[in-house]
Amino acid sequence: MRETDTALADRPRLQWRTAEVVRVIDETPRVRSLVLSVPGWPAHRAGQHVDVRLTAADGYQAQRSYSIASAPEAPQLTLTVERIDDGEVSPYLATEARAGDRFEVRGPIGGYFVWTAALGGPLLLIAGGSGIAPLMAMLRHRAVAASDVPSVLIYSSRTFADIIYREELDRMAALSDGPRVFHTLTRQQPAGWSGGARRIDREMLAEVAIAPGRHPRAFVCGPTSLVEQAARSLLALGHTANRIKTERFGPTGA
Amino acid sequence: MQDPPIARGFRGKRPPPTANDRIPPGQHLTHDFPVLSAGPTPTLRLESWSFALQAGGALLGKWSWSEFEALPQTQVKVDIHCVTTWSKLDTTWQGVTIDTLLEVAGISEPPQPYAMLHCDGGYTTNVPVADLLAGKAMIATRYEGKPMSPEHGGPARLLVPHLYFWKSAKWVRRLRFIEHDEPGFWESLGYHLYGDPWREQRYAGD
Repeated sequence: MRETDTALADRPRLQWRTAEVVRVIDETPRVRSLVLSVPGWPAHRAGQHVDVRLTAADGYQAQRSYSIASAPEAPQLTLTVERIDDGEVSPYLATEARAGDRFEVRGPIGGYFVWTAALGGPLLLIAGGSGIAPLMAMLRHRAVAASDVPSVLIYSSRTFADIIYREELDRMAALSDGPRVFHTLTRQQPAGWSGGARRIDREMLAEVAIAPGRHPRAFVCGPTSLVEQAARSLLALGHTANRIKTERFGPTGA
Repeated sequence: MQDPPIARGFRGKRPPPTANDRIPPGQHLTHDFPVLSAGPTPTLRLESWSFALQAGGALLGKWSWSEFEALPQTQVKVDIHCVTTWSKLDTTWQGVTIDTLLEVAGISEPPQPYAMLHCDGGYTTNVPVADLLAGKAMIATRYEGKPMSPEHGGPARLLVPHLYFWKSAKWVRRLRFIEHDEPGFWESLGYHLYGDPWREQRYAGD
């Protein structure tokens, strides 16, 4: 075995750790954030995720992956979970769980869809629905680290009420060196709405995204159809493939 | 080891008993086919596609799309297991087994014990050669009887279903034999070097 083989074989195992729900935040009718206390939690980087494992009273277990929404600097770990009606773990996390409940988490996982202030920018964030969670970790990290890298968030939600973290995003955007936030609502727009009113497409990105000539680091997260469309549009606009990182969830319908 | 904490009020959805022995630990059944990729989906004209076998710097075999399509085809029905915890049963694939590729290239013994798969978009993954032979793996070009869609790895992906599905590299273009095992893309980022779902080898150290 060469040295690198040994180093790889010796990588420490990620431990399951007990997480206790400290607080529940209702974000939208379908989405909740769980603020967790996880003793011994190792530092994560913005964009990483965790595996969550639930154990029923009879020992049955189920596990799923969720993106981390909190900044690495935050004292507690926050997961933001959308309820999938025929799901197994998300209905529990997004409906049943309350302060004091306990389950297990393991992580942090994933080292590619990651941004740290030291990487610099500009930062181009594109989200659909609960795909905002790992991007919010990046924006929160940017704020805590007092980073002033030019940043744009383009965020697609179904309706105004479905916008996750709306007030926090408003507050961030109001700061002089805060990110620029562009919302688009695909199903219904309130009266006087000045944001986008359709799915994210090439024309929208040409108008509101950071120009390819500025070589932004793009992070795209959301349902597969949105990610495919946004990534394809970015390529067509001249962004380079290796500056576009994606996280997809949901079925393709195939 | 300490007992895991009970998640108060959690019941869960139990898999049908018939499927139980086909679902590895920590996995659940899905009927969808989720898409997971680290970057944009590459688009490629079939005329510019080729697949190559390589050892060190030497080219052992190379096929254009039409040449590849003319090779003996194999169909399999297999269960697949994604490290993100979904499993899908009875998926049907068609393609050319690695055994067939070696045979057609006139290679009786694999030159080296490990393989690195290289893909459009820069993705790589490592697999021991023993896990690619004896009908265990193929370069698949059809899923459920139809040409594979780009999101799912078309025109061609590796299919090595007894390992976690990140090993079944999408948009695969080149199989390179190597002397020592090396981590590919996800394996360098904390995922397990080998990835056996039945031993729940998700991450480094598992």
